[in-house]
Amino acid sequence: MKHIISALVENKPGVLAHVAGMFAARGFNIDSLVVGRTEDPDLSRMTIVVIGDDRVVEQVRKQLAKIVPVVKVQDFVGQPVVARDLMLIVVSAPPEKRPEILALIEVFRAKVVDIGQKFIMIEVSGPEAKIEAFINMCRPYGIKNVARTGTIAMPRQFKMDIREGQNST
Amino acid sequence: MASKSRRSAGSAGQSAVKTGAQIIVDTLIEQGVETMFGYTGGVVLPLFDKLYDAPINFIVPRHEQGGCHMADAYARASGKVGVIVATSGPGACNLVTGLATAMMDSVPMVALTGQVRTELIGNDAFQEADTTGITRPVTKYNSIVKDIKDLARTIREAFHIASTGRPGPVLVDLPVDVAVSKYNAKDSSEMKLPGYRIFAKGHAKQVASAAKAINKSKRPVLYVGGGVITANAAKELRELAEKAHIPVTMTLLGLGSYDQRKPESLDMLGMHGSAYANYAVQECDLLIAVGARFDDRVTGKIETFAPHAMTIHIDIDPSSISKNVRVDIPVVGDAKIILGELAQQVEYQEREDWFKKIAEWKKKFAFRYDQNSTTIKPQYVIEEICRQTTNKAVITTGVGQNQMWAAQFYKFIEPRQFISSGGLGTMGFGLPAAIGAQVAKPRATVIDIDGDHSFNMTMTELATAVEHNLPIKVCILNNGYMGMVRQWQELFYGKRYSKSYLKNPDYEAIAKAMGAVGMTVEKKDDVPGAVKKMLAEKKPCVVDFRVEAEENVWPMVPAGKSLSEMDGLDILERLI
Ligand SMILES: Cc1ncc(C[n+]2csc(CCOP(=O)(O)OP(=O)(O)O)c2C)c(N)n1
Ligand SMILES: [Mg+2]
Repeated sequence: MKHIISALVENKPGVLAHVAGMFAARGFNIDSLVVGRTEDPDLSRMTIVVIGDDRVVEQVRKQLAKIVPVVKVQDFVGQPVVARDLMLIVVSAPPEKRPEILALIEVFRAKVVDIGQKFIMIEVSGPEAKIEAFINMCRPYGIKNVARTGTIAMPRQFKMDIREGQNST
Repeated sequence: MASKSRRSAGSAGQSAVKTGAQIIVDTLIEQGVETMFGYTGGVVLPLFDKLYDAPINFIVPRHEQGGCHMADAYARASGKVGVIVATSGPGACNLVTGLATAMMDSVPMVALTGQVRTELIGNDAFQEADTTGITRPVTKYNSIVKDIKDLARTIREAFHIASTGRPGPVLVDLPVDVAVSKYNAKDSSEMKLPGYRIFAKGHAKQVASAAKAINKSKRPVLYVGGGVITANAAKELRELAEKAHIPVTMTLLGLGSYDQRKPESLDMLGMHGSAYANYAVQECDLLIAVGARFDDRVTGKIETFAPHAMTIHIDIDPSSISKNVRVDIPVVGDAKIILGELAQQVEYQEREDWFKKIAEWKKKFAFRYDQNSTTIKPQYVIEEICRQTTNKAVITTGVGQNQMWAAQFYKFIEPRQFISSGGLGTMGFGLPAAIGAQVAKPRATVIDIDGDHSFNMTMTELATAVEHNLPIKVCILNNGYMGMVRQWQELFYGKRYSKSYLKNPDYEAIAKAMGAVGMTVEKKDDVPGAVKKMLAEKKPCVVDFRVEAEENVWPMVPAGKSLSEMDGLDILERLI
C-alpha cells in the first residue's frame, strides 16, 4: 500500500543524506521524495511516498523519527489529504493537431507554458493519477520530454471542505 | 559530580576571547571529561596543543581503532561517555570499526575528528575524507562545525545525544580553521535539538497491562538485554524477578544484569545460549523483553521464536519495538523506571511446575566439557579464572569461541562486568577494551579472555598498556585456529578448513619484548598456578594457553533453526 509520509526536518546540511542513507541501508523503497522550504527558515519539509505493508511503513516512520534532525513525522494514510504532483511535459504539436491538444489541456486544467513551431510545453498539476492520465492522453501525439516532481501533500484542514481532490491519494 | 562543577567554574562559562581549540577543551571539561583517548595529526595540532596542560588524563593508543575500542570500553565499564579524538582522513577512517562497534551495542561515545580547512573541503585536500559522510551510518548523530560560534553548543549536544535515550556514538568534525580562529562571547549557548525526544516514562496504562499479564502468567520468562545495564536498572530487575518469581535469561550484552549464581538465572540464551534458557523461551507463556532487540543470534528462526508466548517489550527506542517480532504489550521508556513500577504492581507466585521443569533442564543440560581430557580445555581455563577471581573480575573478550565460552563459563554477578562486542562482533576488541575498562576502574581485576586471531588484530596496544602501567591480564585461548570459523567449517563445510589456520607468533616473547609479562601454558596441571601468578602480576600480563585445537562450542542452534533445535545436547548429556 502507498503511504505519504511527511517529515519536518531541520534545515541543515547532511539531513537529506541521512534520510536517504537510512532508506538505502534498511532496504526501504522510496517511490518519490520531495524536499522544500517551509514558512520557518529553520525547517524544511520532506514528503516521501513509500510503498509497503503496515509493518514496514511503521518502521519507516519510527526510523525517520529517530534521526536527530528530523523534528516531526506524520503518515497521512487513512486521512483526507490533498496530494499533488507537478509535471512539465513537451508534446509534439504540428499545427493540424493543436486544437485537439489545446482542448485536452482545457479538460485537464493544464497550462501552456512554452510554445514553438513544432512543440508545446505544458504544465500540469494534480493528483498522481491525473498526471498519469494526461501522459497517456499525450502519447499519441509524441512526447518529447517529461519532468515530474514527486508528491507533496497536506491533510485537509476543514472536514466540511469537499472540493476536488478528496480521494486524491 | 562535585568535581565537574568545580572544574567548570574556572574555565568555561565566562566571557573571554578564546580559540576554538580552547573552547573544545573547556567544553570537554565542563562536560565532566576526566579521561580521553586519541591520536594526533596535522589538523588536530591546535587541539593537542591545548591538551598539553589540560587537566585530562589522556591515553594515546597505537592505532585509532584501538583508541576507539578503549573509549568504548571505558564507557561500558564506567557508564560515562567515552571520548576519542583523531586527525582527519586516515585517523577518522580508522575510527569506523570502533564507531560501528559502539553503535551496534548502544555505547555512549563522543568522537572528535580534525578536518581540513573549511575552504578546502570538497577539494580532495591532503588527508581529507568526507568524515561525516563515511560515519553517518555508524553514529547516532554527527555534524561538522563550520562556524566557531556553534562550537561549544555542538559539543554539548554531542554529549547529550550520546548519553541519553538509547545511547550511541556521536561524531563532531572540526575543521582546523575553526580550531585556530578566535571568538569573543560567552559560550553558554543553549542546545538546539528540536528533533530529539526521549521517551523515558512508560505509559501508565501499558505498565498496568504488563503487570496484569505477569500476574496471570504461569510460565513467564524475563529476556534481558544490554539496555538494562545501560539504564542502570539491575536493582529494579532483581526486585521484579524476585518479587514476581520469574526466571531471567540474558543476552550476551545483558550478562551481569542478574546474578548468575541465583536459581532464577537461566544464563545466556540464543545460538550458543544454554539449553535451559532456550527451552524456557520456547515453552513460556509470557516473554518479558527488557532492553533487548530480538537479534537473530538470540531468536533463531524468528517465526518459531517463543511460539506460545504473549510478548511484553520494554525499550527506550520506539523503533526497536515490533521491528523483528510482533509485540503484544509495548512499553516505550526507561527500563529503570518501568521495571521499578512493575515491581510494585506484581504479586509473588510460586509457579512450582515451571521452576521444577527449569531445574530439571538446568541439571540435564548444564554447560559442560570433558574434565578428564589430558589437553587444556578452553572452558577449564575460564572456570579456573572465574573461581580464582570469585566471580568479580571485569572480563573483556575477542570474538569467536573464546567469547562464547567466556559468556558460558564465567558466572557474572554485577552489571558492567562483561564487556564484549556483541552486535558487530569485532575481532580485536578484547585487548583495547581491557585497557579502556582498566582505565575506568583502576582497582578492578580486568581480564581479556581472547582468541589468538582476535588478539593478532590489535595486539600492538600491549605497548599502550605497558606505557600506562595498567595491570590488565590477557588470556589467549590459543587453538591456532579461527576457532569459530573452523567449527562452522567442521559442521557445515565437510571439515574443509579453508584459510582458517594461521601460524601464530610466540606470544610470550612478544609480551616480553613489549615490556609486559609473558607466560606460556602447555600442561593442564599448570593452569591453576599460571592463573594465580597472572592475577598477582602488577604489570600487564599475557598468558598463552595452548588449548585443545578442535574443541567446539555447545550447544548450538544452527543459523535459521528454531531455538529448540539445538545441536550438541547429546554431547552435554554424555558428559554428566
Ligand atoms: C574483524 C573481524 N573479522 C572477521 C570476523 C569473522 N570471524 C568471527 S570469529 C572468527 C575467528 C576468531 O578466531 P579467534 O580469535 O582465534 O577465536 P576462537 O574462535 O578461535 O576462539 C572470525 C574470523 C570477525 N568477527 N571480525
Ligand atoms: Mg583461535
